[in-house]
Amino acid sequence: MGESADGYRWGHRDLLGLAELSAEDVRHVLRTAEGFEGVSGRSVKKVPALRGRVVVNLFFEDSTRTRASFNLAASRLSADVLEMTSKGSSVSKGESLTDTARTIEAMGVDAIVCRHHLSGAAVQLAKSVGVSVINAGDGQHEHPTQGLLDAFTIATRKGRRGDYDLSGLRVGIVGDVAHSRVARSNIHALTKLGAEVVVIGPATLAPRSFESMGCAVADDFDAALPTLDVVNMLRVQHERMSGPAFPSVREYVAGFGLTEARMARAKGDVLVMHPGPLNRGVEIVSSVADGERSAILEQVGHGLSVRMAVLFLCVLSRGG
Amino acid sequence: MRSPIEGEAFAEVAAAFVRGVGEIVEAGAGRAWAVVGIKSRGDALAERLAAALTDASGASRFGGRVGALDVTLYRDDLSELGARAQVRATEVDFAIDGLDVVLVDDVLMTGRSVRAALESLADLGRARRVWLAVLVDRGGRELPIQPDVVGVDLSGVAGGRVAVSLVEADGVDRIELEEEARDG
Repeated sequence: MGESADGYRWGHRDLLGLAELSAEDVRHVLRTAEGFEGVSGRSVKKVPALRGRVVVNLFFEDSTRTRASFNLAASRLSADVLEMTSKGSSVSKGESLTDTARTIEAMGVDAIVCRHHLSGAAVQLAKSVGVSVINAGDGQHEHPTQGLLDAFTIATRKGRRGDYDLSGLRVGIVGDVAHSRVARSNIHALTKLGAEVVVIGPATLAPRSFESMGCAVADDFDAALPTLDVVNMLRVQHERMSGPAFPSVREYVAGFGLTEARMARAKGDVLVMHPGPLNRGVEIVSSVADGERSAILEQVGHGLSVRMAVLFLCVLSRGG
Repeated sequence: MRSPIEGEAFAEVAAAFVRGVGEIVEAGAGRAWAVVGIKSRGDALAERLAAALTDASGASRFGGRVGALDVTLYRDDLSELGARAQVRATEVDFAIDGLDVVLVDDVLMTGRSVRAALESLADLGRARRVWLAVLVDRGGRELPIQPDVVGVDLSGVAGGRVAVSLVEADGVDRIELEEEARDG
């Protein structure tokens, strides 16, 4: 009971990115996440799996949703959670990432959940400490739990749970793909599970170089949309909107905003996703975001189950 | 090493198991009952009980309240189990509060799975009473856990662990006694 019969064994202390996971690893996380789904609906919304363990949320970049999701996930596993932010700590006093991490490690923690504005920060952290490191987003590199929860949401809504085989599904990722860690993690997760991925945006934001990641590239949203089973709208980053690569907001909405008029061209059962927070009226209009083809709120719930699974698997991989 | 219990002999054990649970449920016919099996094998036995125990009109004594527990997250050896742990879903889609719950497992040995299941059940709600029904009692308790119903008592028989196969999961109904004692 409770032990794997097929010989598969999760072998990762850290979750730094999805590029280095096998398809079976991705499936194992998602199946484990299924086991955690029921916890949120019970009278006692906790399981004792990580009782006595300590998880640190080490965030060098603003985040409300991801941080809250990891905090709740760790709490539901009965772990103690320590919150650290860049503001008001030595993190902002020039102490190096490695020194901060080692100090935290010396407090006897079991896992560090890290968000950082620099690509590769989580990898560097994992090299300098002996505890589990979970990447909660590093620069433009990866946001692995977002990729996993998006794959979980697609599998759920498209009836692909169980074997988690997404073959035959065409997923569009729309917007500023070039600078998006969400897009990269999505591409890794979805292509490993057999889906066809097409990244869509103006050539400055969705460059041809993405073909090397195994996806198609398109700059005509209207032409691509009718072929898609899933459309994942990336958030427009306001700080980039004034940059030279970015068209004006009006131009962007005209070409790549998910509007009612555009939705009329999509498949009847198209699934609309967005990692949040939404810029209503920019990349997506409210009526579509809140419509019945949208899975945006389900993504939040799935994020919790997936993060519980990731914390559980990585922390326990160090024992046994 | 005794030969496996299968065919007629298994049917007798299964019948004794169902009869034992039936007597308990019958004696408490005025109360609301549920049956919850511990994965894996206990859940299949719980389904069998729900199908076998019906009232005069043919309705299940458990009124559709049939559940399955995955106790992995409540195991006391979870840290040692580590990366080999397989979490599956707990499927109890009814409120436990106030019910008489028959907790079902295939083999009772150390009692540790049952302890984990009791903790898991408590997190789902407050049952009026929890009863324990097992197909096989293997003895070797490491905790003060006592079954209410036993299909067959193999606690005094020499040998190793007991392995139960069920048609639902394994294609055959069989109780086997493994050759020698094994840890874990």
